[in-house]
Order: sequence, then structure tokens, then C-alpha cells
Amino acid sequence: MERTSAIVTALRSRNFVIGGALSLIFVFLALLSFIWTPYDVTTLDIAHKLQRPNLSHWFGTDHFGRDIFSMIMVGARTSIAVALLAVGMGMGLGIPLGLAAAASQGRWLDEFIMRGNDLIFAFPSLVIAILITAVFGASAVNAIVAIGIFNIPVFARVTRGAALSLWSREFILAARVAGKNTARISLEHILPNVANLLIVQGTIQFSLGILAEAGLSYVGLGAQPPTPSWGRMLADAQTMVSFAPHLALIPGMAIILTVLGLNLMGDGLRDLLDPRIRNARS
Amino acid sequence: MSNFKTKLAVASVAALISGLGVANAANSDLTLAMQLEPPHLDPTSAAAGAIDSVVYSNIFEGLTRFMADGSVVPGLAASWNISGDGLTYTFSLQDGVKFHDGTGMDASDVAFSLDRARAEESTNAQKALFAGIADVAVVDPLTVKITLSEPNGSFLFNLAWGDAVIVAPESIKNIKTNPVGTGAFTFVDWVQGDKIEIARNPDYWGEPAKLESATFKFISDPTAAFAAVMAEDVDAFAGFPAPENLPQFAADPRFQVIVGSTEGETILSTNNKMPPLDNVKVRQAIAHAIDRQAIIDGAMFGLGTPIGTHFAPHNPAYVDLTGNSNYDPAKAKALLAEAGFADGFTTTLKLPPPSYARRGGEIIAAQLRAVGIKTEISNLEWAQWLEQVFRGKDFGLTIVSHTEPMDIGIYARPEYYFQYDNPDFQALMKTLNATTDAGERTKLLQKAQTIISEDYVNGYLFELAYPTVANAKIVGLWENAPTQANDLTAVYWKD
Repeated sequence: MERTSAIVTALRSRNFVIGGALSLIFVFLALLSFIWTPYDVTTLDIAHKLQRPNLSHWFGTDHFGRDIFSMIMVGARTSIAVALLAVGMGMGLGIPLGLAAAASQGRWLDEFIMRGNDLIFAFPSLVIAILITAVFGASAVNAIVAIGIFNIPVFARVTRGAALSLWSREFILAARVAGKNTARISLEHILPNVANLLIVQGTIQFSLGILAEAGLSYVGLGAQPPTPSWGRMLADAQTMVSFAPHLALIPGMAIILTVLGLNLMGDGLRDLLDPRIRNARS
Repeated sequence: MSNFKTKLAVASVAALISGLGVANAANSDLTLAMQLEPPHLDPTSAAAGAIDSVVYSNIFEGLTRFMADGSVVPGLAASWNISGDGLTYTFSLQDGVKFHDGTGMDASDVAFSLDRARAEESTNAQKALFAGIADVAVVDPLTVKITLSEPNGSFLFNLAWGDAVIVAPESIKNIKTNPVGTGAFTFVDWVQGDKIEIARNPDYWGEPAKLESATFKFISDPTAAFAAVMAEDVDAFAGFPAPENLPQFAADPRFQVIVGSTEGETILSTNNKMPPLDNVKVRQAIAHAIDRQAIIDGAMFGLGTPIGTHFAPHNPAYVDLTGNSNYDPAKAKALLAEAGFADGFTTTLKLPPPSYARRGGEIIAAQLRAVGIKTEISNLEWAQWLEQVFRGKDFGLTIVSHTEPMDIGIYARPEYYFQYDNPDFQALMKTLNATTDAGERTKLLQKAQTIISEDYVNGYLFELAYPTVANAKIVGLWENAPTQANDLTAVYWKD
């Protein structure tokens, strides 16, 4: 009963529905590209280059005669994979750090972790990402690491902030009295109570990750050719905008719609998961 | 606040007036854009072609000089005599030539320049040009006698290079930032990262420049280049970097598009010492796997002439050897199998920034993949490319355009970055250098072209075209690029 009502509330949230639908479309295209694309994205067909969108090439062809729709599909895969792994890395390292900082609040470990976070925060993230990929070479893996590093402090901060207020609550005191140690309390009582927040933050970071991946591959530091990526499609299209605008418009729209979808979904999720708003509605 | 406003008003009026001034003076001023900014302005101590693009023939002159069609004509040397054995060149210099700082140019400056270029500690990028000089003697202020250790059929050609220009001992110290030459233009100012300004030399010894002043502007980004020309911020763009935009300029009556030839052999440069590329069968397979026309169409939007060897097609001695490496993927596969790589192999493909390399690289990678050769593409900036590929020789394949004129001699240098070591070819080049008879030289050059083509030293792709986009009213720009230069001495605006 409670479950159905949650789904109904979710479907009533316009942000969540639109955002979720947009995100799902791109996830679906990315997954579909593993088994099927209209054309092979590594095969060049220079005789049929720069075609406008038509029936056989829905989004037209690029300057090498590759099918743009197929490239968008595989590009979605690249973007989603990089962003997902980068956010995963940020969560995997950031959340334990945040929990540890909150548990040892005020002591040197807390200071150490949070000042380390400040240090990473102090650098413009894209510039450091460019530095990392420039030093270690341009590849999708290095792009993941570069974007992931900047997700660590985000999650550490959100986790610590939310966890701190919980540590003074009665149920935590009860757990303490029951003899549970700090690590167990963090895992069993703190983490489940900050999970909602982390899911919302994760969605937002995911959309930022997609943007960062597009930015890195735009400057040539993301996935390397022949793997298609939206950012590089944009960069390649740059000099051709004046006579073949669809080359830039289509990957540009793909980036906008994905990021918009994820942000809307994040907003929707926040509204749904925030108990105050949820209770106010019902 | 009101004070600020007044200042602003004055400033904008001033800007307006100066703007009008520029518009009125447009008939004697030219802004020419190019992609690369020179690192400094001494053509005699660096390989960077961008230096010559600014100073060659405008600021500095040599004893001989290139014309737009590639011919060599007298420069600071009015005439010369060559002894019967081809060993002694006696140059009579132009009378009354002055450097821009007012000092006279005479035989001692010529001796100084050539001795400096060929000295042990010289940093000249083309020392080979001067290697055959045994002695430079000052006969009288207007006569120089150069003795060679062996006859050299291309000596007058060598002296026309930007690396062989005449400089003065009085101004050599600051030549990199304040070049003082004998040319029709004097150096005025260099705003690093932006532009270099030159002005007409009123005391020029020859026919004075038609322009009063000229500005070289540096725009590296192809998109910005397109915008700058379209908005008429620049009057001309020499070596326009985005061939895909040329049809638009050609269709616009405001502009003229000049597509000339260059000395740029664009090649899939191959590390001849790195297995399995040291196997001639593998290199031949690569050659047959490549479809040149697809590269010219896909990367250069149709600009470029296919080549089958390392030689400029517009040169009379060129032999068309494209048949040696016609597009035949089936043959490529068979050759790979013969060489023991039936399942293909993996190598690196390192690409410098120009679009012929970046786009051409993607096309070549796809073509090689079709016959089973996998390439790991990495895009490098020029500095990284020079470091890793050119000096470090750490590469399997790379794409680059060799823009020096008549540079087939690099195949006789086993230490050169693609590391081709063939004693027969080296002997042939020795013979060529010692031959002065034109017919005999042509035969030797053709033999040289054939050897490197049949050894499949590199993948020979196409001769780079040289597109210039200019205001339709500009006359006198070089159409071709026989050497890296933007000779503005004969440029003018028609009404």
C-alpha cells in the first residue's frame, strides 16, 4: 500500500517524470548501442559525407560520412559510462571519508579530511582535469579518474554535514549505549539516514559528470578516436557550423537534454525524498 | 562619475577617429593573418617556418631569392660568375645597399653571415646548405668569392633559403627581437601573442614596396580564423587552416580564394627501425591499404594532389609513382600474411595539430583497421610531437607535412626521425650533390624518387595545397609557397 502511494506521488511530480523520461531515453539508447546501431560508427563513408537528416540517416552524416544517430547512441554510452564510474568513484571514496569525519568530529582526522577536501575544492575542477589528462595521457580512463577526484569532496562534505546532525540524536545515543562501535553506528544508522540526500546529490553529480566528459573530449582529452563522444563531435563540427549546422546542433542537443533530464530528475527526487515536503503534500 | 563619462566619451571619439583613419588608409596598409606565431625573428637560427613567413624577403634578403613560381633570381648579388670546375662562385653585390640601422651592406657582411651560418657552434637549422663551402673571401667591398670543396649543382638555390639571408655584425645581438635586414620593409613592433608590424623602408635599394605598412596577425584557431576573415578584421589569411570553409569564401564576392601549391609532402611517416614496420612487406601492405583520394576528400575537402614519392608534383623532375601504392586492401592483406602478420598487429599513430593530421589520422586508422592493423591514436601538440616523435623517435606512425623545398635528401640521413638507412640511396645523394648538369640531375632525382617509393619508406599521401583567402581587391600575393614566405614587396590594393 505504502509502495503504490510512493509511485503515485512520484508520477505526480512533473519534474521527476519529464527528467526521468529524458534520462531513460538516453540510457536506453546507450544500452541498445551494445547490440544494435543503424550503422557501424567506425566505418567511414566519405562519398556520403555531410548529409542532412534524411530517411536513411535520421540525423544525417558527419564530415567522414558516419551516421550521426549511431554516433549519438555510442556517444551516450561513452558519456554515461564515464560519468557513472566517476560518480561511483566519488561516492565510494567520498562517503566513507565523510562518515569518518563526522564520527571523529572536531578531532584531527576530521580536520585532516575536511582540509584535504578544501584543497581539492580550491582548484577549478576542469583545469585540474585537463592537467591530469595532459600529464597521464588522454584516455577515457584518465577522464574518469580526473572527474572522479572532484566528486570525492562533494560527497564527503554532503555526508559529513548530514551525519553531524544525526550524531546528537537520541537513537544514536541509544545505539551507543547498546555498545555498538563508531564504525557500526556509521554504517547501520547514519548511512541509511543520509542515503536519500546522497541519491539526490548523485543524480546532480552524474549530470555534471556528463558535462565534464563532454568538456574534456571537446578539448581532445576524453575518449580517443575512433570511439565517438559528444564533446569531440562538437569540436569536429566547429568549423562546419556555417554550412552544416546539424553537425553541432545534434550532439549539442543530446548534451543539453541529458543534463536537463538528470537535473530535473534530481529535483524531483529531492522533493519526493525530503520528508518535510513529502509530509506537507499528504 | 561625470568625469568618468567625459573620459569615456573622449576615448570613444578618439577610437572613432582612429577607426576612420584606418579605413581611409586602407589602400596602403595590409593586415595579413597566419596561423602560427614565430618563436623569435631570426631566420638563421631556428627551423620554425613561421619566422620566414614574416621576415623572408620583407625584412631579410639573401644573395639570391625565390620568386613566387619557385625560380631563383638575383637578390643582394647583382650577378655572379661560376668557374669552369664549378668550385668558385664570384658574386658582384648590389651597390648602395643599406641595413635598416643605416650601416652599409658590403662583402664583409656577406662573409660574416655565411661564416656565422657554417661555423661549428652555429645554430642554423639548415647547416647542410652551407656544408660544401670551403672558404668565403672578401675581394673588394662589392665582390665576394666563395670556394666550394666540391661542385654543388644547387648552391644558388641553397643561398635563396631564408636560413641563408645576410645579417650584419652590428645588429646581430638583438636580431631575435629586433631584426635588422636590408629588405623593403623595416621591423616596427611585435606584440607577442597578437601581431607583428612592419613599415615601408624609404631607403630601399631596389624597387620600393607599394604598401606603406603591413601587420602580421596570428590566429591559431580555425574557427576564429573563419570569423576574422568573414568580419574583415584581417585583409588576407595566408595558409587558411580550414579547407571546408573555402567554398563559402569563394562564393562571396568580397573575397578571392587562391589555392596554390606548396613544397609540403604530406606523408604517413613510418618508424623504419620499429618492428614490425622495419619489414618492407609490412610497409608495402600499409601503402596498399591507404586510399589517398578518401583522405584528400575527407580531411582536406578535395584540396591536395596525390603523390607516390617524396617529391613535389609541380617540379619538372617529378615522377608519378602513385601506381606503386595503389589502393588495394586485398593485396595489403596478402602482403601482411606473407610477412607473418595474417592477424594484423597494433602500432601507435601520433598526430600533430593540423587538420590534415588529425582528420587524416582518423581516416587512415579506419583504412588500416580494415586490413587488420590496429592503431592507438594519440593527439599531440607541436611541442610534444617534436619531443616524442621528431627527437625521441618514439612512434610507429605519424602524419606530417614536410614543407621544405627539395628535401628528398632527408632520406640519406639514417639518424633522421623515420630512420631510413639505405647506403645505395646515400651514395646516390652524394652523386647528386656533386652533379651540376641539369639533365643528369633530373635523372638522378628520378632514380632517388623511385628508390624510396619502392622501399615504401613512408606512406606517401598528398602534396599539401596552400589556400589563401584575401580581400578581392588585393593584388600581388604569392599564389604558391615555394618556400615559407609571405613576400609583401609587390602587394598592393587595386581601386
